[in-house]
Amino acid sequence: MANIMVRKSADGGLSFYLPKRDIEDSITSIEFDSPEKWGGEIKLGNGGVYYIDPIPAPRLPISVRARRVDGVE
Amino acid sequence: MSELTREQAQALIEEVLEVYPEKAKKDRAKHLMVNDKSIEQSKKCITSNRKSLPGVMTQRGCAYAGSKGVVWGPIKDIIDISHGPVGCGAYSRGGRRNYFSGTSGVDSFCDINFTSDFQEKDIVFGGDKKLAKLIDELEGLFPLSKGISVQSECPVGLIGDDIEAVSKKKAVEIGKTIIPVRCEGFRGVSQSLGHHIANDAVRDFIISNRDEQAFEGTPYDVAILGDYNIGGDAWASRILLEEMGLRVVAQWSGDGTLTEMENTPKVKLNLLHCYRSMNYIARHMEEKYNIPWLEYNFFGPTKIKESLREIASHFDEKIQEGAERVIAKYTPAMDAIIAKFKPRLEGKKVMLYVGGLRPRHTVGAYEDLGMEVIGAGYEFAHNDDYDRTMKEMKDATLIYDDVTGYEFEEFVRQLKPDLIGSGIKEKYAFHKMGVPFRQLHSWDYSGPYHGFDGFAIFARDMDMTVNNPCWNMLKAPWLKDEAEGELKAA
Ligand code: SF4
Repeated sequence: MANIMVRKSADGGLSFYLPKRDIEDSITSIEFDSPEKWGGEIKLGNGGVYYIDPIPAPRLPISVRARRVDGVE
Repeated sequence: MSELTREQAQALIEEVLEVYPEKAKKDRAKHLMVNDKSIEQSKKCITSNRKSLPGVMTQRGCAYAGSKGVVWGPIKDIIDISHGPVGCGAYSRGGRRNYFSGTSGVDSFCDINFTSDFQEKDIVFGGDKKLAKLIDELEGLFPLSKGISVQSECPVGLIGDDIEAVSKKKAVEIGKTIIPVRCEGFRGVSQSLGHHIANDAVRDFIISNRDEQAFEGTPYDVAILGDYNIGGDAWASRILLEEMGLRVVAQWSGDGTLTEMENTPKVKLNLLHCYRSMNYIARHMEEKYNIPWLEYNFFGPTKIKESLREIASHFDEKIQEGAERVIAKYTPAMDAIIAKFKPRLEGKKVMLYVGGLRPRHTVGAYEDLGMEVIGAGYEFAHNDDYDRTMKEMKDATLIYDDVTGYEFEEFVRQLKPDLIGSGIKEKYAFHKMGVPFRQLHSWDYSGPYHGFDGFAIFARDMDMTVNNPCWNMLKAPWLKDEAEGELKAA
């Protein structure tokens, strides 16, 4: 489990930030993105995959715990 | 030297790498690239923020340098204790020329070296007692300080001192903020982690101190983050923001104060100049206080105008008009400067190797003067910095990460730039090679370079350096005759 931060990037998409290792990336897809359910599997620009326990859509940016499913880094 | 094609640039990199042993060559190859604007993500072609190789000459600093020297040092009313042996602090004291207004030793402490001066017995028996005593002494000698930060040097982490406990106890005793910062030099691969650690300490010990306190805000409150007031940079930026109608609540950290920092969560927009060293705290404020942040660039009229307009777009019409007014006011002066210096600098080639933001931020300023940046690199950037840099640079230019002394010299030898912008460690090597050089960390004892006023100085300085007659006098007269004789003969 790692602490990550998800924020809205300037171009309207989502971006991923892993403070512990200072890794930034774009989020290319997110499994759930509705007001009631947000999170699930997120895919990163570098090919990494993380999993966030789904929650009601939060105000971004938000720091959440995420599990690394598959990752380049 | 005419422009390189992609193949030539790649060949140059390979030629330079040739001297390394196989393993080193493989590693260094990952840090050098030829720019390709079509690539969005730099990580596919350049590796950064990795440990430097032993044996090569790197220009990096340590985490302590990033924390004490960069982030904390410029805050004027906090005393930074360099906790550990005396040497580390001596090199980080005021050398960056972060200006402040105040009386040194009375209410401002940027240019004094405070150190616990560890001796053998402190290593053996621990330095906590000494730290407590030091804080008492500081309180007696400098009662007007607003706070104290304890900047750990390497040994403190190695011997396991509990600076947090001492700081906590003493903070209650003297009634001031005392911030322990775990920025021992061995953490991380460069000063970059020091910035992060320093930001985290600010987050933990400063940012929420005044959350409960009333604050007379205006809708136009902003803070300048990541401007260290080198040669007065932050001042030259601040006046532009104020002229367009914004209220600058805080300067981080050049000429900044503890109170300003504590008040920052009350602003409407954070303006981030050096992304690398302060994005952490901007992110935190965005999450906790819902304050958006924006990167801006105050080098060179083109970028300044873009930035002013972008900043204004976050506010109402009054500010937007203000921005246009400011731009209109300064444009004639900027045009005059460009008219004066551009003919003298047009077509000159520049290579840069600096720290956090300048290798990309100054590109626009050079281009305003008709100069061209043919190579850029950072000491301690991360991939997101290179993402940004690749967009600013032309195609087929060189990009180098944590470049070694040898590689840099070799690139310069082959590309023959008309100007190099880098730091003091590189300066004299290139002077001896006869290449015009400006320090882009400390502005070579000049500045400010930010803002419209700064650009006037920037342009003058670049001209003064590139067109200085001394560069023609580097050859001894008898050698010169020979060279000329040969030319004539040929
Ligand atoms: S690496 Fe350690 S000993 Fe060296 S300057 Fe940094 S803190 Fe001091």
